[in-house]
Amino acid sequence: MSKKMLSWPYALWMTGFILIPLALIFYYGLTDKTGAFTLANVIAITTAEHAKALWLSLALAFVSTVICLLLAYPLAMILRNRGIGQNSFIVFIFILPMWMNFLLRTLAWQTLLEKNGVINAFLSALHLPTQSLINTPGAIVLGMVYNFLPFMVLPIYNVLCKIDDDTINAARDLGANFLQTLVWVWIPLSIPGVISGITMVFVPALTTFVISSLLGGSKILLIGNVIEQEFTKGSNWHLGAGLSLVLMIFILISMAVVARYDKNGEGSGF
Amino acid sequence: MKKIIAYSLTALSLALVLTACGGQTDSGSASSGTDAGNATSTADSGSDEGDLAGSTLYVYNWGEYIDEDVIDQFEDETGIEVVYDLFETNEEMYPVIEAGGVTYDVVCPSDYMIQKMIENNMLQEIDFDQVPNFDQIDPAYVEMSQAFDPDNRYSVPYCWGTVGILYNTSRIEELGVEPPTRWADLWDERLADEILMQDSVRDAFMVALKKDGYSMNSADEAELQQAKQDLIDQKPLVQAYVIDQVRDKMIGGEAAVGVIYSGEMLYIQEEVADLGLDYELEYVIPEEGTNLWIDSWVIPANAQNKAGAEAWINFLCRPEIAKQNFEYITYPTPNKGAFDLLDEELQNNKAVFPDIDSLDNSEVYEYLGEDVDTLYNELWKEVKSN
Repeated sequence: MSKKMLSWPYALWMTGFILIPLALIFYYGLTDKTGAFTLANVIAITTAEHAKALWLSLALAFVSTVICLLLAYPLAMILRNRGIGQNSFIVFIFILPMWMNFLLRTLAWQTLLEKNGVINAFLSALHLPTQSLINTPGAIVLGMVYNFLPFMVLPIYNVLCKIDDDTINAARDLGANFLQTLVWVWIPLSIPGVISGITMVFVPALTTFVISSLLGGSKILLIGNVIEQEFTKGSNWHLGAGLSLVLMIFILISMAVVARYDKNGEGSGF
Repeated sequence: MKKIIAYSLTALSLALVLTACGGQTDSGSASSGTDAGNATSTADSGSDEGDLAGSTLYVYNWGEYIDEDVIDQFEDETGIEVVYDLFETNEEMYPVIEAGGVTYDVVCPSDYMIQKMIENNMLQEIDFDQVPNFDQIDPAYVEMSQAFDPDNRYSVPYCWGTVGILYNTSRIEELGVEPPTRWADLWDERLADEILMQDSVRDAFMVALKKDGYSMNSADEAELQQAKQDLIDQKPLVQAYVIDQVRDKMIGGEAAVGVIYSGEMLYIQEEVADLGLDYELEYVIPEEGTNLWIDSWVIPANAQNKAGAEAWINFLCRPEIAKQNFEYITYPTPNKGAFDLLDEELQNNKAVFPDIDSLDNSEVYEYLGEDVDTLYNELWKEVKSN
């Protein structure tokens, strides 16, 4: 059996489920309802509502990515520095929630954050003032961080595991303190994993519409919500596809960044 | 290594073929089972349904919008195999029917969408001789249907209802607010963060347009701009824009008032009683009038099994079946025969079956054309992004 024969199921899969859908997005995005070529659907991103939604999405995705990075990096270092036996269990604990559906986990946060939810019930039991947590940008960021944190931890952890202990010890022997080791050894060597983690958090955070609907009470319109509405409620597939093309530009940029820093695919996660 | 891959691929494809065969034999035995059931039922009814036995009927309906037992009963009785698919919004259903990738035989859209489908020649006339049970439908609803199906040629009403305000009696009292009676009460600043609005374009604009005394089918740009401004003004008071969650959030005491479909009321009343809550949830149809909606069965123009579709509609119009469906869906039924079979207490439950006279100011949604639709969507996006 030749190698070519073995590849055709994959070729078929890619054509059917990646290339054709992508071509359809391009077709819809660049035509109007009569089927004539137009750039109007793409330019529509500049209208006040769309630009605002895109800006808000970029801002929230950025904040979530930064928080994820700040949480994930020390955690990945702790995991690496532990013995093999223990750390695989801790990694397992981190992956465990991912076995449950993403939507259910977000709905669970809704129950926690609600006005009469678990957190507020706990606060009022302690006679503390209740907080309005849900339906705020903060709740959306929380949902994003919670859902996407594993995507940041795992690539960084992978790349840190590949750093030889000798390298670290050499730095210590030469008199570097912890901070210096971190800045001059740990971080430069882990850049591929960090970049890959950033993309894997930033891209889904930028495009999400479920988290913002469930935890934002649909009061906060992100670009993902706009596109979703054009497809399901507004029935304007052309506009929805055109705006998706704009989002694709941002995704391509982040992929280009990864390609630049992660040449060997070291941080490609799990 | 290559060999291993080749072997495992062969094993995988074998497994696939085997499961596919398994699936086929399963459905084969299932259909022979229904054939047997059919033999007796056709003998009973003596109708010409025998031709339909073994045919397949593609049904496209809202989620949670039928008692699944009814589908089995229909299959047993007619021998027709039902393929049952679900949609969540009219707007999601429309392009599916339009594209025709799957040809559905019978679909259950709402009023304005039926009008749009009629205008775009996507429906075919129903042969009412094949739907004798149509006479069970209360003529009042047949007349109401003329708003979207002028000659009653394309649709058979399935469920109807109103949109109103649900409020939490004790929460309202705590806030020192009178129970709401009008849409305008949803602009009361004392209700800040206590309002649940519908997260759908037409329903949200209906509330604002009706409050301002306009038609909810308005296509007038000035009126719509005013409604948009009203909705923007109201937004700081709104806790969330939701659809199905209004019900559970209100039962959970999350908000004081919510805009809700009347069909949820029976469930809410039962749930409040079951949970022994210390507050009541009351439903009111606002004075300014509201959306009176009707969901009806229609047959798409490209349907492959029109006779089967008519048998389906006729079956669902049978009073006992309509009653069974009502008990599951709890949305008011337009079926007079089914209504008569209900307990008197339920018949008099005004939250479920409001007096038709109290609906004087109410309207049925009309399809406003593509341009006006786009305008609504644009304005709604402005509200949401504000």
